[in-house]
Amino acid sequence: MSHHSIEARDLAFSYPDGTVALDGVSFEITHGESVAIVGANGAGKSTLLMHLNGFLTPLRGSVRVGDVPVIKSTLSDIRKAIGTVFQDPDDQLFMPSVYEDVAFGPMNLGLPLEEVDARVIEALTQVDALRLKDRPPYRLSGGEKRAVAIATVLAMRPNALILDEPSSNLDPRARRRLIGLLGTFTHTKIIATHDLDLAMDLCERTIVMSGGTISADGRTGDIFTDDALLDSCGLERPLSMQNCPKCGRSD
Amino acid sequence: MASLEHEIHEFGQLDQLSYQDTPIHRLDPRAKVLTTLVYLVCVVSFGKYAVLPLLPFLLFPVVIAGLGNLPTGFLFRKLLAVAPFAIVVGIFNPLLDTHIALRVGTLGISAGWISYASILLRFGLTTLAALVLIGTTSFMAICAAIERMGAPDVFATQLLFLYRYTFVLADEVVRMGRARALRSFGRHGMGIRVYSNMLGHLLLRTYARAQRIYLAMTCRGFDGQVRILRTLHLSTRDVTFTLGWSAVFVAFRLFNVPLVLGQFITGLIT
Ligand SMILES: Nc1ncnc2c1ncn2[C@@H]1O[C@H](COP(=O)(O)OP(=O)(O)O)[C@@H](O)[C@H]1O
Ligand SMILES: [Mg+2]
Repeated sequence: MSHHSIEARDLAFSYPDGTVALDGVSFEITHGESVAIVGANGAGKSTLLMHLNGFLTPLRGSVRVGDVPVIKSTLSDIRKAIGTVFQDPDDQLFMPSVYEDVAFGPMNLGLPLEEVDARVIEALTQVDALRLKDRPPYRLSGGEKRAVAIATVLAMRPNALILDEPSSNLDPRARRRLIGLLGTFTHTKIIATHDLDLAMDLCERTIVMSGGTISADGRTGDIFTDDALLDSCGLERPLSMQNCPKCGRSD
Repeated sequence: MASLEHEIHEFGQLDQLSYQDTPIHRLDPRAKVLTTLVYLVCVVSFGKYAVLPLLPFLLFPVVIAGLGNLPTGFLFRKLLAVAPFAIVVGIFNPLLDTHIALRVGTLGISAGWISYASILLRFGLTTLAALVLIGTTSFMAICAAIERMGAPDVFATQLLFLYRYTFVLADEVVRMGRARALRSFGRHGMGIRVYSNMLGHLLLRTYARAQRIYLAMTCRGFDGQVRILRTLHLSTRDVTFTLGWSAVFVAFRLFNVPLVLGQFITGLIT
């Protein structure tokens, strides 16, 4: 994987019960970009993310990471390159202690123990959660869980990060910290969210989804000032932009 | 549901106790698991009518709970919580086994009552030992220990996940219970039908969650084997602990200590 663009071409997917969740989605995300995927509940954001790392297989269309197509035989490489942070940290933190949870990925890569240890310490330090390392994950607060979930992914040293609703269930302070933290990462980032303020702060580009298709794809600032578009997709302007469209970033 | 919530809370408390830092907590988990095993074997292998020779075995849980800083009241409450089981198990012994085995003055005590007492005592001792083990050794350390001691990988892994997700599942049960209580206005909801619905719902939720967890695991290179990361060190302290206590248990098993002691004391007096 020489360069790490992520490209979706004409993706379509329906769930076994017949729900059409994606219907012709195409985009290309280049290396180092931060992209927000916004849309109302049920717009298909999570389903789209599940295709980018091969958890779901499209009925039609394809996904490429760099010059590697996402197919069964490339899955393990793709998943090393793209780290996914799930919506519910309880799904992601399955080991009995924070340390072991973060070590889980590096251990599976077959790294020597010293290297595993170094990576765990580094990842936990990055998310400012080193002091939690011996705690059981199910006893952490929502914000701490989220930070540790991100650390488990960072320890794999991915090129790109995919985050599904990272700010859901966080109190305002934890949310602020998370935004600060994500802002420090230089990875390619794809963030599904309906927290438009978060998208505003972190992503220069926004893709708007509704009903399984892309309604708009462009600069975040432009999209969030287009009231007609936002309204038709069941979204509202970010709070920071509701009165004065020009000074939204000045909080 | 309140009592269920309470139980779950207590279970969590036991888990939290195991993260303390005392000389007992610092022992290698293998030493504690092995010692507990020897203890269990010794206690269980007594004859049906043993009561007196079992008493010295109380020493072990008492000493370990003391050194391991486990609150006595808490252990006692846990013991009471499981007691009904033992009480029911042996309840027919006094009725079935009525020949008189012991006379205290004019009072005859039947063999059935003695074996019932023995069952209760053994149940209490083994439960205490298990509680003390779990309270002084984190569950994952126990899993690591049994894996090192030769249990199959799959077994240790299963146990680990079972334990880990008990908390998540328990939370889900509590949440559903609350949701039901909120809408049933103090009556018993819609009775059994709602319970079966809830159970089905819980199963589906659990299944969906299991699927997401599996995804998260494959995402991080899971290939079917959980590598438990634990560098265990057996020190002389651990070996001494295991051998010392095992010797004590075997001695308790072979010699009727209260009887020997009693004879010794009467020997001194006369
Ligand atoms: N496991 C599933 N089975 C059937 N339908 C599903 C499943 N997951 C999601 N859907 C449906 O697919 C659509 C898109 O869902 P999703 O991608 O989760 O949306 P979002 O993440 O944007 O809220 C919704 O209509 C949803 O009801
Ligand atoms: Mg979603």
